[in-house]
Amino acid sequence: MNSIFCEVSKYLMLLFFALYTWECFSVFSHKNKEKQEAIFRRQSLLMFLLHLDGYLVLFDQTENQKILLFYAAQVVFFLIIISSYKLLYEEAAQLLVNNMCMLMAIGFLILTRLSFEKAIRQFTIAVGSMILGLMIPYLIQKIRFARKLAFLYAAAGLLALAVVAVLGAKSYGAKLSFTFFGIAVQPSEFVKIIFVCFVAGMLHASKSFRQVALTTVLAAAHVILLVFSKDLGGALIFFVVYLVMLYVATANPFYFIGGLGCGSIASMIAYRLFAHVRVRVVAWKDPLSVIDKEGYQVCQSLFAIGTGGWFGLGLYQGMPEKIPKVEQDVVFSAIAEEMGGIFALCLIMVCMSCFLMFLNIAMQLKDGFYKLVALGLGTTYGFQVFLTIGGVIKFIPSTGVTLPLISYGGSSLLGTIIIFAIIQGFYILRKREGGQNGQQTKIREQP
Amino acid sequence: MDNRRKSVNNREFAVIAYCFIGLFLCTMGYFVYFQVAKSEEFINNPYNARQENFEKSILRGKIYTAEKEVLAETKTNADGTETRSYPYENLFSHVIGYATKEYGRSGVESWANFNLLRSSTFFLEKTMHQVTEEKSVGDNVITTLNLSLQNAAYQALGAYKGAVVVMEPSTGRILAMVSKPDFNPNTVTQEWDNIVADENGESPLLNRAAQGLYPPGSTFKVITTLQYIREHPDDYADYGYTCSGTIQKDNSKLSCYGKEVHGGVDLQRSFIKSCNTSFANIGLSLDPVQFADTCKELLFNRSLPTEKLDASKSSFVLHEASSVSEIMETSIGQGKTLVTPLHMLMIAGAVANDGMLMRPYVIDSIENHEGGSVKKYEPKEYGSLMTPEEAQILQDYMKETVQSGTASRLNGMSYEACGKTGSAEFGTTKGESHAWFIGYAHREDKEDIAVAVLVEEAGSGSAYAVPAAKSVFDAYYR
Repeated sequence: MNSIFCEVSKYLMLLFFALYTWECFSVFSHKNKEKQEAIFRRQSLLMFLLHLDGYLVLFDQTENQKILLFYAAQVVFFLIIISSYKLLYEEAAQLLVNNMCMLMAIGFLILTRLSFEKAIRQFTIAVGSMILGLMIPYLIQKIRFARKLAFLYAAAGLLALAVVAVLGAKSYGAKLSFTFFGIAVQPSEFVKIIFVCFVAGMLHASKSFRQVALTTVLAAAHVILLVFSKDLGGALIFFVVYLVMLYVATANPFYFIGGLGCGSIASMIAYRLFAHVRVRVVAWKDPLSVIDKEGYQVCQSLFAIGTGGWFGLGLYQGMPEKIPKVEQDVVFSAIAEEMGGIFALCLIMVCMSCFLMFLNIAMQLKDGFYKLVALGLGTTYGFQVFLTIGGVIKFIPSTGVTLPLISYGGSSLLGTIIIFAIIQGFYILRKREGGQNGQQTKIREQP
Repeated sequence: MDNRRKSVNNREFAVIAYCFIGLFLCTMGYFVYFQVAKSEEFINNPYNARQENFEKSILRGKIYTAEKEVLAETKTNADGTETRSYPYENLFSHVIGYATKEYGRSGVESWANFNLLRSSTFFLEKTMHQVTEEKSVGDNVITTLNLSLQNAAYQALGAYKGAVVVMEPSTGRILAMVSKPDFNPNTVTQEWDNIVADENGESPLLNRAAQGLYPPGSTFKVITTLQYIREHPDDYADYGYTCSGTIQKDNSKLSCYGKEVHGGVDLQRSFIKSCNTSFANIGLSLDPVQFADTCKELLFNRSLPTEKLDASKSSFVLHEASSVSEIMETSIGQGKTLVTPLHMLMIAGAVANDGMLMRPYVIDSIENHEGGSVKKYEPKEYGSLMTPEEAQILQDYMKETVQSGTASRLNGMSYEACGKTGSAEFGTTKGESHAWFIGYAHREDKEDIAVAVLVEEAGSGSAYAVPAAKSVFDAYYR
């Protein structure tokens, strides 16, 4: 049975998150800097309230006092993040900082619910990653030769992917990670970032046909290595990111349309060639018919989402542990089940707000190389969110990728924090160099 | 120059932004669509372990007939335990089914499990219950079933194994669904081992009405006739054949029921006398591929378009290379053809309804425990199985079958009955047969009803299945 406190908290958390989400978008309707500042402060407050409420419910349900300590540590962590950005980088995009904290807070909450041990590991990695993340904007201002190393990026990326393909441990039919001094590392999470830098470096240097062809060949090599490792989600992300960057850099829509055409043909071939791909398509078309085997995970995920309904069952009231890999790829369904369908919809909108901020920043940048990098990283993030959520709600076949900042997994978390930090770094750089022209502009506005 | 390139560049950014906004909105749209339209199917799945969780906070709702007689309710005992009680015991055992902790659910108890375990009262009331740790009362399910018809059908089958299904052809409402042998849902948990062990090989848990697969026997001649009319739209009435009691083609031989000799027959007379030799003769003249197409249109080898009901697929196997004997057998409803009583009922219903098939359904509406409407299931059209002209011809033939043919026991009543009998031979022993009747009845003051009767191992349709249909019609038009 559920106590009244938990029941009320369920609706309160929904309310906090709905208000927070609303402010993510309403902030763009205010040009006034003070008003924006006020909104950002309200957002932080809502984040802390939601976080507090959630952890009180967790404590109420488990009566595990360690949870309170863990909660306190997280509060300190978030306070440090928010204040360090204020102190070190006054110009930082606060919406991004808020969203990053909010998504991590939701991630810690649901992970603590699912597995306290994993939540603590995740938190430890988050602390380490944030230290690195806070240095990145500084490094970006010092290191100006990054754009000249395109071939080095390609070599490093291809090497890492090849190592995984050959040596990598088998995880659920896909070779994704290898163990490095006792820690399972998933290199494709980091190769994504250098891949974007590689493409940006190449296309920034020249947009000649020869250069485009060379870049395409090297990019295709990445994708093929990923397909070879059976990391279909990763392959799809690299492919789409490359197409988007190529299209924007060359302003040639034929590259984009032609690329999508080639992609469709390639996926048809992959469907014929790999049982691994066919299985996922079958599980997507009619998961209930193959519930004992291929469709098990999707069905369990949909049971969770459906049973949760709009308002959720409340923390600890559902059965998310029935879903295989729930802490990783399917964490979205656990959130929908226990925190509610409305909460899940807000979560999608917050992720969309991050993506739009990334693109917004990319548009404001003057430096062509940074512009392309920001675009590529933003696309990586946005498309990954689409793949993972679309997969677990059976909108598209599942591809087994993580939900950035929320899913359990050190490589994914570190990789995403680096992405947020790099884009933040570009933004700060632009503000410092751009001087007075310092207002955030809406996407639709042309400079 | 630089400025121009930059603005062009930003247009591409906007394109990408809109593409992704589109992706995100589609994802959210699908999520909403899933919650609204698809989630019930998934929540209700027996694999969803969360259903058991509901029982902790919800008192399972009641199941009613269309007239609000209680068919199933949960009673809380003095010691706080709960008992699911079925006042009519065996009468509704298959269609209402059972709901047990140990052995799962069947029938309406399974199809509407989600509704029975949802409480659609004001959410504050539910929240209050959660606080006071009291159970909320689940929603009630009102079925389309009619107690007196179910009773009539049940009694009519007597001690025989078999099935009787009754439907309103104009809506698809199932009014009665009986299958025998049956079981008592009140004691299904205690007797589970016996029931499943099934020492007499009677499969009492099988709902024969929807899942039992039988050779259709002469009731299939409705379809053979339809195919002949389709191949001879202008001159089917000129068909003629002289029945000598047997027909031989190559090495295959086939006789009329009881070696009867019908003499000279046209198509209608072949139908009303159920003349096997004439239909074998017709069958040999038909195009097997087109015949198979017609059967596919009539829902053979496909999932039946029912709302829930868990019906089995009927099968029809005829193709270009089929042997002479197979074609002859198939035309009179023997051979490899297998059907469910529900399927034959749907075909009879479509004939009665001028070709239009309504999707059969058994759940009429959902109400909350205070009687407020939660959901109403409306009749749904499936589509035309035949043209109104074709239906009209079959209607005339089926009417004539009652007036002067094999179903004459239904003649001279206050209602006008139409139908087709059948005696389906099964197994290897000659002469053993299942008795069939499919048909419908009409009287101005009431909706028409259609019925399908199957009596296992009884004998001829006219002797054993027609009286059961008559009991149902009599009860309905009383």
